[in-house]
Amino acid sequence: MTRVKTEINRRSFLKVSAAGGAGMMIGFSWLAACSPGKVAEQLTIPEEWFDINAFIKIGENGVVTIFSPNPEIGQNVKTSMPLIVAEELDVDWENVIVEQAGLDTGKYTRQRAGGSQSIRQSWQILRMAGATARRMLMEAAAKRWQVAVSDLITDKGQIKNKLNDEVISYGEVALEAASVAVPEEVELKDPKDFKLIGGRIKNVDGQKIVTGRPLFGLDYEREGMQIAMVVHPPAFGMKLASFETDAIKTMPGINDVFTIDATPKEKHWSMVNAFPELVVITGQSTWQVMKAKKALQVKWQNETPLESSQDHEELLIDALENKKGNVRRQDGDPDQVAMTADRVIEKTYSAPFLAHNTLEPMNFFAHVTEEKAELVGPIQTPDALQEAAAALLELPIEKVTVDMTRMGGGFGRRLYGNFGLEAALISKKINAPVKMIYTREDDMTQGTYRPAYRVTYRASLDQDKKLVGFQVKGAGIPSSPVFPNRFPAGTVADYKAETVNLKTNVSTGAWRAPRSNFIAGAEQSFLDEVAEAAGKDPIEFRLELFERAISNPVGENNRYDPERYGGVLKLIKEKAGWGKEKPGVHRGVSAYFCHNSYVAQVVDVAKEEDELTIKKVWCAVDCGIVVNKEGAINQIEGGIIDGIGHAMYSRMTFDKGVPLQSNFDKYKLIRHTEAPLEIAVFFVENGIDPTGLGEPSLPPVSAAVANAMYQATGKRWYHQPFTIANQEEIVLG
Amino acid sequence: MPSFTITVNGEKHQLDVEPDTPVLWVLRDHLKLVGTKFGCGIAQCGACTIHANGNAIRSCSLPVSAVGDLELTTIEGLSETGDHPVQKAWLEHDVPQCGYCQAGQMMTAAAFLERNPDPTSEEIAIAMNGNLCRCGTYTRINKAIQTAAKNS
Repeated sequence: MTRVKTEINRRSFLKVSAAGGAGMMIGFSWLAACSPGKVAEQLTIPEEWFDINAFIKIGENGVVTIFSPNPEIGQNVKTSMPLIVAEELDVDWENVIVEQAGLDTGKYTRQRAGGSQSIRQSWQILRMAGATARRMLMEAAAKRWQVAVSDLITDKGQIKNKLNDEVISYGEVALEAASVAVPEEVELKDPKDFKLIGGRIKNVDGQKIVTGRPLFGLDYEREGMQIAMVVHPPAFGMKLASFETDAIKTMPGINDVFTIDATPKEKHWSMVNAFPELVVITGQSTWQVMKAKKALQVKWQNETPLESSQDHEELLIDALENKKGNVRRQDGDPDQVAMTADRVIEKTYSAPFLAHNTLEPMNFFAHVTEEKAELVGPIQTPDALQEAAAALLELPIEKVTVDMTRMGGGFGRRLYGNFGLEAALISKKINAPVKMIYTREDDMTQGTYRPAYRVTYRASLDQDKKLVGFQVKGAGIPSSPVFPNRFPAGTVADYKAETVNLKTNVSTGAWRAPRSNFIAGAEQSFLDEVAEAAGKDPIEFRLELFERAISNPVGENNRYDPERYGGVLKLIKEKAGWGKEKPGVHRGVSAYFCHNSYVAQVVDVAKEEDELTIKKVWCAVDCGIVVNKEGAINQIEGGIIDGIGHAMYSRMTFDKGVPLQSNFDKYKLIRHTEAPLEIAVFFVENGIDPTGLGEPSLPPVSAAVANAMYQATGKRWYHQPFTIANQEEIVLG
Repeated sequence: MPSFTITVNGEKHQLDVEPDTPVLWVLRDHLKLVGTKFGCGIAQCGACTIHANGNAIRSCSLPVSAVGDLELTTIEGLSETGDHPVQKAWLEHDVPQCGYCQAGQMMTAAAFLERNPDPTSEEIAIAMNGNLCRCGTYTRINKAIQTAAKNS
């Protein structure tokens, strides 16, 4: 057991009232609660709820509600965060109801879905919320029985007096517990005593998802609600000139046509939108508004230069070949080393802009009046939207509420809540509740893309084929993908990392595993080539580098733990049986560290005639303690398939500012037949506090695939998407 | 506005909507059956998949005027209590991540299993190829359909 000072936010313990009615904490009952167990409907809902703290309320019959603080985008935090609370509270998971909490950063601190940080940053807070509540319940029982707390033990929502085996349920002492002083210190469980954490727990929303219940922003409905759609310029670099309203306004079901301008008064990080000025159509039903949108005549004008993909490629090539890089780290003199090296290997890698393509297009509900604004919908950063909306609407921040629905995917797109602001402005203008919806075309062509990248690596080998110099120069539109202090920094005495950032009017944003999503694949493909030139097995080659970083690290600012990095490689080597010949199987390996977690992968590719098939992906992960094995494995599998898909097939291209892909007929996402049928996941067991898992399995996999395809074909793959950029038909199945 | 009568999940509904209104929006806006999802509007992603006389179709591309006597089934009507073998298998394999595409995936899977009750994993993948999932749950979906086939 670990005794810790309760650092949980004091506001988390403000009591609304000692004994209030159901739904007292938030009024968001539309997203009715979900019970983890299959017995949702069989749970008897208590007549009274007692608030223990912001995360927990307990009913008189022992049913427990746990509030999930963070937005759910498919990373499964709505299951895993309450699970951590339930573990320390020591309750039966089947007796728990999970509810999405409202936005209140005073109570819940970080309520965001981004950077794979939900679990890592809330681990202690969630444990303390459970542990302090458990302690308060025990103190209440101790007082009632006139015994010491040390005479009591808990199990599955019950408190037992060790002296006489008397038992009382949490529900029976919840009223008294709610008025117990918050303990200054609490004891946390020893991880070896965990009953729930580390198990395979099913998604708490599973039953609702498989029966099609309303969960998502697009499903949200309010009495008197209108439907709105927006029209944005067809090209980056254009803006609105004029539009005709007469033909539209008389169409059936159409209420109004007007413009809004969501340009923030002060620059806000979450506002990366290229098109703040939009034409809006409001009406009674979605199809009627869609039809009017198609019929709308708009004139656009050029505002800034119209860029094409060829311009982007030329810019990136020029940046790497001719522009002086910003040196972000230099150890020794790798240029000098290259001049005297026995062999220099230099390779260039690139990747295009990518759209997020969450399957649920952007949408938001807003009801704005003169006094307040009510916003409901899918948003990864509800606090940022609240702040930006308050500024734009000129309302005090406490008059703006943001409620989170389940999200049909995030991947970074919903970090940037321009769509929420648009809905708010529309509602304000029409003075009515409104649901604003993007079509797929709106969603795919409005920007916030993954930046386009190009990077050149150079490695120097001495006459003993030892790696003695390493250089990376990376350019990006608009930002470089290079992480100067990540591996292999620290393993080579002569090392340099340079970056070049290039301007564009195409809007960009974070996209699942920002920068890592490209640089991992480039670096790990390059290391495969360097290992080959050095005459080494690719795993042994990397392990030797980690050995250098352990025994004799270069520099002090090396942002990785070489032991853990090497650990996942060793694990995957063992599990995948690396090094043993497998007839008809060609293998590639890759490893990467990002979002505080370590991942190593082996990809098995089979080649029959000219057809390549990914037979199996092996994946070893060190993310510390695994909170929920079921959800964790699902995240890892998803990241692998997502990573393979985008590396193989996907791209956004432009002609004079116009996005050339606007729907799934032209923008290719990976499909069922192209996904590996088998993915095997292995975790390092080490008891370290948990780290990120929504992103880390994606970045390395493109290299594991490219390296395996090299073994199968003798060809290296430098430019993404592999199927298009190389003008080759690769069939995956 | 013209009037149409369509049968959804065994119930007849009379609707006053424009004839070109896609069934997807009739379901979502007029019948408040929002389990059927909007993903692309051009029959490329499969999120809006429903059954018409037991066949999987894309409701975003079926105008209400073409429904006639077709018996439509949505995810809400796939089973009475969520216990269709496909739904049960989806829960057993804990398939969903974000969950948005899954109703469409399940509707395609359920119709496919009626035609091919004992499919290979390759046949499953081919049958499911019109349903996109950005979260990458394809491997789980394939396994869940194999389980559903065993339990059907």
